[in-house]
Amino acid sequence: MFLQILSDIGTASAVTVTLAIILVIAQRYLNDYGDCKISINQKRDVTVKGGSSLLTSLSEQQIYLASACGGRGSCGACKCKVESGGGPLLPTEKPLLSAKELQENIRLACQVKVKTDISIFIPEEIFNIRRYKTVVTEIIDYTYDIKGITFKLLEPDAVDFKAGQYMQLETQPYNKVKQKTMRAYSISSKPEDKNIIQLIIRLVPEGICTTWVHKYLKVGDEVFMTGPYGDFFIRDTDADMIYIAGGSGKAPIKSMLEHLEVVGTNRKMTYFFGARSPEDLYLTEQFKNYEQVFPDFTYVPVLSRCDDGEKWCARTGYIMPYLKEFIRDPQKTEAYMCGSPGMLDACKKELLALGVPNDKIYFDSFA
Amino acid sequence: MDISPIVLFWAAIFTSNVLLTNFLGMCSYLSVSREMESAFGLGVAVIFVLTITCALNWLVYYYLLVPLNIIYLQYIIFIIVIAATVQLLELIIERFVPALYYTLGIFLPLITVNCAIFGVALFMIIRNYSFIQTIAYAAGSGIGWLLAILMLAGIRLKIKDKMIPAGLQGAGISLIVTGIMALAFIGFSGIVNVQ
Repeated sequence: MFLQILSDIGTASAVTVTLAIILVIAQRYLNDYGDCKISINQKRDVTVKGGSSLLTSLSEQQIYLASACGGRGSCGACKCKVESGGGPLLPTEKPLLSAKELQENIRLACQVKVKTDISIFIPEEIFNIRRYKTVVTEIIDYTYDIKGITFKLLEPDAVDFKAGQYMQLETQPYNKVKQKTMRAYSISSKPEDKNIIQLIIRLVPEGICTTWVHKYLKVGDEVFMTGPYGDFFIRDTDADMIYIAGGSGKAPIKSMLEHLEVVGTNRKMTYFFGARSPEDLYLTEQFKNYEQVFPDFTYVPVLSRCDDGEKWCARTGYIMPYLKEFIRDPQKTEAYMCGSPGMLDACKKELLALGVPNDKIYFDSFA
Repeated sequence: MDISPIVLFWAAIFTSNVLLTNFLGMCSYLSVSREMESAFGLGVAVIFVLTITCALNWLVYYYLLVPLNIIYLQYIIFIIVIAATVQLLELIIERFVPALYYTLGIFLPLITVNCAIFGVALFMIIRNYSFIQTIAYAAGSGIGWLLAILMLAGIRLKIKDKMIPAGLQGAGISLIVTGIMALAFIGFSGIVNVQ
C-alpha cells in the first residue's frame, strides 16, 4: 500500500518533471531573442535581453511606467508611444485604446514584447519616477477612519513632484493577504518638503491596502513606494480655482495649497470639502486659516448630515447647489476635483451646466 | 459507446454544446466577448488547444495512467498536460508563425485555465470515447464554443448602446443572454443525445 502510494507519486512527479524540462529547454531556445536595443525618445538607448514585455524590460532599467494591474493588460495605465519594432497591434490592447491613440501608435507596454530593436516615446516625467525606500515617521488620526501617514525617504532621499501627483504604495503580506499589492495614493505634503512624503488614507472596509495601513503599519516600519505619477496638478494661469474634494481626497488639495502658500498667489480660490457629518471634518483649522493667508480664499465645508446648531452646518446636502455663488466668470474658472466617481460626475455635470469649459475641469478619480 | 465520430462532431457543436449545455469555459467567454475580432481569436485558440490537448490526454490516459493503474490521478495529470502543452504551443507559435501568434497566440495563456478544456478531457474518459471519437468530439466542442462566444459577442455589440439597468450591466446581462441562447440550443437536443 505504502509502496503503491510512493510509486504513484513518483509517476506523477516524473510526468511533471519531464514536461517541465521540455518547457525549460523550449523556453531557452525558442524565447531567446538576444540583446535588443530600446531607444527612448531618440535620446537614450538601453540594451535589454529580448523576450519579456516592454513594461518589464523598462522597469529592469529603473524606468517605471504606471501600471495598476501588474501587466495583465486590464487597466490600460502603461500606455506609451511605440514608433517602431513593436509588432502589430494585439487584440488584447485594442479595447483599451481610443481611435486617436491608435493613430498615434500608442500601445500598452505590458502587451508589447521586446523581440527586436524598438523605438519608443515616453513623457520626460517618467524618468523622474523612482522606487523609494522609506520609513514611517508619524501616523496621525485625522478622523475615526482617516489617517495621515508621514514617510521619510531613505533611498533615494529626495523626491521631485508636482503638488497633486500620487505615489504607488507597496503593501507587505499580512494576515490572510499573502501577496504584495500596489495602491495609488495622492501626496498630501508639499513639493518643497523633498525628504518626506505624506499620504492621507481612509479605511475602506475589506480594502487590502487601507486595512494594512490602518491596522498593521507602525511608526518605524520600512515601506516601499514608486512615483510620482499623474497629471493632476495646478495649471499655471490666472484663472479662478474651484477645488472640490471629500474624505481623503483632501490630500492633493492640501499639497497644492501648502505649495501655493510657499510660492504665493493672488488667484481667487474656493475649496468645497464634502463630508457626511461633523466628525468627518479634519484639518479644518489649517484650511480656515488659509482665508487669512491668501488674498482671496474661501473654505466651504458641506455636510450631508448635520444637526441644526452645530458649527459647520451653514451648508448642508450636496455640493452642487453651492458652486454657483462662488463662480465669477465660468470661462475663467478652473476646477480641481478629487474623490469618488459618483461625486465627481455630479459636480462635473453641474460645472459644465454653469459654463465652466470641459478642458478646465481636472480630476483625480478614486476608481 | 458506439457513436459515429461524425455524429459526435455535430452533436458537440449543437446538441451538447460544452458551453451552452454544460456551462463550461464561462470565465473567458464572459470577459473576451466584447468584440467580434477578439472573440473569434479566442474561439479559434480554444478549438486548437482543445483538439491537441484532448488527443494528448487520451494517449496519456490509456497508455500511461491505465497500465500503471493510477487513473485516480487523472485530474492532476490532465491539468499538468494541458498547462504544459499550452505553454509550449505559445512558444512555438510565437517563434515560428508570428502572424498566427498575433491573432490567436496571445489568447493561449487565457485558456490554460479554461474549464471547457478540462471538462471535455473528462467527458471523453467518462463516456469511453475511442481516439477518433475523442478528436471529433474535442474539435466539435471547440467549434461549438467558438459559435457560442461569437453569438454572444454579436449580441453584446448590438446591446452595447442600449439602456440596461445598472445592476445588470456587464456580466449580468451576458449571463441572461447566455441563458436564453442555451434555451434555444436545447431545441436541438432531441436530434441526437450523446450525454
